[in-house]
Amino acid sequence: MEPLMPPPVRRIALDDQPNLAPPRAAPNGSPAAASPPTHVRSAGALAPQVRERMSIESVWLAYGENWVVRDVSLPVRQGEVLALIGASGSGKTTLLRSLNRLTEITAGAARSGRITLDGTDIHELEVNDLRRRVSMVFQQPNPFPMSIFDNVAYALAEQRPKRAVRRRRRTAELEHAVADALRRAGLLDELGGDLERPALKLSGGQQQRLCIARALAAEPEVLLLDEPCSALDPISTATIEELIVGLRETVAIVIVTHNLQQAFRVADHVAFMHLGELVEYGPREQVFERPARQRTRDYVSGAFG
Amino acid sequence: MLGALSVGVLALIGLMAFTVIDNAWPSFSANGLSWFGSGGDVVTQFRAMQSGTPLPGHSLLYFRAWPLISGTLVTTVLAVAIAIVVSTLAAIFLTEFAPAPMRRVLEPVVRLLAGVPSVVYGLIGILALVPWINEHLISNARKHSVQYVVQLNGQDLMTATLILTVMILPIMIAITTNALASVPGSWREGSAALGVNRWRTIWRVSVRTARPAIVAGAVLATARALGEAIMLSMVSGGLPFAANPLDGLTFLFEPVQPLAATIVKEFAGQQGGAVPHTIYAISAVLLVSALLLSFASWAAKQPLKRYGIGA
Amino acid sequence: MASLALGERTSPPAIVHPPRERTTSWPLVDRACYGLCWATGIGLCLIAAAILLLMLVEGISDLRLNLLFESPLPSLNQSQAGGFFDPIVGTFIVTAIGTAIAAPVGVALATWLSEYGRPAWLARAVESGVEMIAGTPSIVLAIFGLLLFARGFFAFLSQSAADGNVTGQSFLVAGTMMSLLALPLVVAATRESLAQLPLRLRESSYALGKTRATTIRRVLLPAIRPGIASGVVLGMGRIIGDTAIITILLGSSLKNQPASGTPIIGTLRGFGSTLTSYVYNNSPAGEGNAPQKAYAAAFVLLMIVLALNALVVRLTRGVEPSAAALARRRRVFSRLSGLPWNR
Repeated sequence: MEPLMPPPVRRIALDDQPNLAPPRAAPNGSPAAASPPTHVRSAGALAPQVRERMSIESVWLAYGENWVVRDVSLPVRQGEVLALIGASGSGKTTLLRSLNRLTEITAGAARSGRITLDGTDIHELEVNDLRRRVSMVFQQPNPFPMSIFDNVAYALAEQRPKRAVRRRRRTAELEHAVADALRRAGLLDELGGDLERPALKLSGGQQQRLCIARALAAEPEVLLLDEPCSALDPISTATIEELIVGLRETVAIVIVTHNLQQAFRVADHVAFMHLGELVEYGPREQVFERPARQRTRDYVSGAFG
Repeated sequence: MLGALSVGVLALIGLMAFTVIDNAWPSFSANGLSWFGSGGDVVTQFRAMQSGTPLPGHSLLYFRAWPLISGTLVTTVLAVAIAIVVSTLAAIFLTEFAPAPMRRVLEPVVRLLAGVPSVVYGLIGILALVPWINEHLISNARKHSVQYVVQLNGQDLMTATLILTVMILPIMIAITTNALASVPGSWREGSAALGVNRWRTIWRVSVRTARPAIVAGAVLATARALGEAIMLSMVSGGLPFAANPLDGLTFLFEPVQPLAATIVKEFAGQQGGAVPHTIYAISAVLLVSALLLSFASWAAKQPLKRYGIGA
Repeated sequence: MASLALGERTSPPAIVHPPRERTTSWPLVDRACYGLCWATGIGLCLIAAAILLLMLVEGISDLRLNLLFESPLPSLNQSQAGGFFDPIVGTFIVTAIGTAIAAPVGVALATWLSEYGRPAWLARAVESGVEMIAGTPSIVLAIFGLLLFARGFFAFLSQSAADGNVTGQSFLVAGTMMSLLALPLVVAATRESLAQLPLRLRESSYALGKTRATTIRRVLLPAIRPGIASGVVLGMGRIIGDTAIITILLGSSLKNQPASGTPIIGTLRGFGSTLTSYVYNNSPAGEGNAPQKAYAAAFVLLMIVLALNALVVRLTRGVEPSAAALARRRRVFSRLSGLPWNR
């Protein structure tokens, strides 16, 4: 069967971008013969260890009288990236937010069904405890009006007395944890060691990576990403996508995205939702190239959305 | 033409400062820096000025303002300190924890309290609070212990500070509530998503963002407390006495007479003479403090601009 | 895997509403602060209730209708004789003079600051100047007024005492200084309203070839009428509530004492009293010993302030739909399109 969507654009390596994977020069020196970018993986190449972290079982979600999510069941596994795709209003963001009980902040939200984290129903866990284990990064970067260090240390400070966070009395442990989180987010080298700069002075892509670092600082088990690159330029997007793929071995990742090409680039499993219902769920190649349902076929080929 | 009007306003302010200081100068030059110091009883000094006969060994303009200054400082500092704490907590309560019906009632009430004239506060103070304090909080033993120095009758430091606090609370609550409500929702949501409970989110993100507003409110409140003449003249005891903290609890019950209240009490409409010069001197002190407060509020906002708080 | 035919399961099971975040799991310090916040909130309610109830009870019990229309009578038994018609007239006069000066000057100043504002250093200086006036205590303004108007060439504004000294105390003088109280409020309100006007309003007027002055006069100022009105009303509230300027600049009589026989000008040049000075003089701090009259007058004062507050709320609400109206709009729209509003 022919591919139902245009193939993803091959990344053209640019010489002046030090953070991107440098192209390996072909023998005749032509940049066009560079090897394919690292994060577009060939079909079937999953991370070796995949284990189920969260399980969504027959979940219904409503705001007021409107049912936004109807009877959805999905697994969330560490070692893979799960992408939720669908048109606007399909309920994918609401489903994402229910995974760390962020839907409870909105008045009038109601739910039914069961979501478990490592076997325990998340509604039996203490909510702040849950949110430390299941972290979220939002669409618009939202760093706090503090220095970079304070931003990343923000979640960590909850587990330590406040005194340990102030500049003069920072423990080596805290500084190590912050540096580690920044390194995992790919930001440490760019900052050049100056962590006291105000976070709001960073560029958009850097701010979003800072938010990712902040979410990673508490060493979560699951990372939720709500269209993290929609407000960013393509180069920052590429950097973050690389980051996501690199993180999946240690953290289970769920990403909501509007961008089909992005879903194809980063995801291992894809769930397509339409008007609150789960239409199709399967491995990436199956959903994009051999979808089982007509509606999936229509969406993926661009007939609507 | 509009520009000329604006220059006119500036000229008016300049004129005001100029005339007040010019008329205050005789009092300052006669006393030097010890105008601010202590020495003798303010009441006797004023009587001497009014009668025209100077006190033995001093000039007619002899004046030592320390009791008045101490009264002003203590009441103002105490009232603003209490008000900062209470208004921050109340603003947090109003924006975050209060149930909706309570919030709908409290917000107009706070606005109303901000508009109540100071005479009404003074009236309530002198007719309701003062007798109550006199009967219930000041024991006879306490009155006896200081009766050779001063009379305790319920018009005192504590009453003045309490009512002053209640007077400046509404403004500070309104300013702080506005600032807390305008903290971007994305910051609060981000903090909740990191697993931080509601109180810590408010304290570490919202209150920190609202700090310039809290400072601005505090400065505004200090300016109002400093210049409050009428309510304090009704309630604070009318006796220029430097309350002595070493007296223990009695310190709270000793009468005070802040600077602005003194102007109201001693003004009798005469034109020239020593008393007006002294009164102008007191006004000059108040004017300069008000100017310094404006500058302080500007200076306090500068360091926080770095982190993107305030504009 | 889990793919459904659309429309298979349409009836949802029972709804469970999630609970609000419980504070029992918070650390002790946070719970203590939470409790403190509640205590402060309730304390605030109690204080406000106490003040308002006290004024209500005392005021109503002492207020009789004839008090509003009788002049104060000098009498040994102050609590029985006379009313406070004179103070009410006095309040009215002072407020009228103060507002009549502050409103045009304030609007002009704010317009200059917002629309012209050149040279920049002058604009900043004027801004700081207005802020300084706002921060000056009213007693200092009163003293300044005395210094300014007790001079020979201002004798026409007030009366002269027996020995030829100009007293510098009259309604005109007090009203003029009162305008300085209201000025910063009018300036602030007008500037805010002007800043909220969209740029395209000015641009479209200039594009039609109108000068800046005409634009201001015919387009901008009419557009911000509610803003100016609310600023003026706020200023009036401040004027009505001020006592310090009255005690210094209006003489401490209970009745209005005109300076000469001329009908209006005589009253304006004479001594008098306002509601605020009446309350002050009748309280134990002044010379009177009529607390009931003081309460009654204070009650009338409070009612006036309440009415002005309500007026300001009405004026500012007219600009934007209230939160309730917005919520209603949102609900209707949501029902129409079937989409939830928060994803």
